[in-house]
Amino acid sequence: MTAAPDLPAWAALLVAFLVVAGAAITLIGSAGLWRLDSFYARVHAPTLGATLGTGGILVGSMVCFSVLESRFVLHEILIAVFITVTTPITLMLLSRAALYRDRVEENPEVPASAFPETEPPSDPR
Amino acid sequence: MTRLLPHPLLFLALLAMWLLLNQSVSPGHLVLGAIVALVASWTLSVFRMERSGLRRPQAMVQLALRVLVDIFRSNLAVGTIILTGTRGGGRAGFMTIPLDLRSQGGLAMLAIILTATPGTLWMNYDAAKGELLLHVLDLVDEEHWTTLIKQRYERLLMEIFE
Repeated sequence: MTAAPDLPAWAALLVAFLVVAGAAITLIGSAGLWRLDSFYARVHAPTLGATLGTGGILVGSMVCFSVLESRFVLHEILIAVFITVTTPITLMLLSRAALYRDRVEENPEVPASAFPETEPPSDPR
Repeated sequence: MTRLLPHPLLFLALLAMWLLLNQSVSPGHLVLGAIVALVASWTLSVFRMERSGLRRPQAMVQLALRVLVDIFRSNLAVGTIILTGTRGGGRAGFMTIPLDLRSQGGLAMLAIILTATPGTLWMNYDAAKGELLLHVLDLVDEEHWTTLIKQRYERLLMEIFE
């Protein structure tokens, strides 16, 4: 970080707070992967990193480079947009695969399908 | 107009993305970005997506703010559950919610909102019955979640998309 000394103290403090807070939230989310007990509960944990964790780091980055270059640096917004739009796809894919499997195995903890006749074992496709 | 520019909103969004990526509003980038956005929106019209006119910009802003606040709050709630291991008297579990929202765009938006918010996970949508299967990390009272989703999100999404 050669440019860091140019950052005024208030900005440095703000950026440091945002980045550390974002990283801490992401870490808590990752910790949730082993703290929580079931697969479905675990899927909730990484969204902490994808939302507030990423948000904190991105706002920190926007403040840092806006102050350093004395103009608005806003293209981090695109990272936030793409992460918000793409993470749900992965999470839904994973959780629906788990639901599909649990229903085939007739796991009692999972609600049965509304259409038992179209369930995979009897599905001709 | 509609043949040349099938998705005007998408065109504007892609142009804005191009300008943000290049961090410039010079005429050269405006032209190049417009070409990219135009070709991309033609490509999308091949898929014959359901055209949804987006209405009520005021409702969109209101929804965006609501989602931001809710994401922040549920981050803290789920963070607390992970760190302390205690849930507010709840358990992780499935629940079904009857939805009145039918538009594809609105449902896709609701799926993104619910999945991006820690603590709720979109599991399955039954289009025939209009029922959504949801997994909730801290399930205390199903009634509470049903009213929350229907009042806070669904009403606004129906105003915007339907």
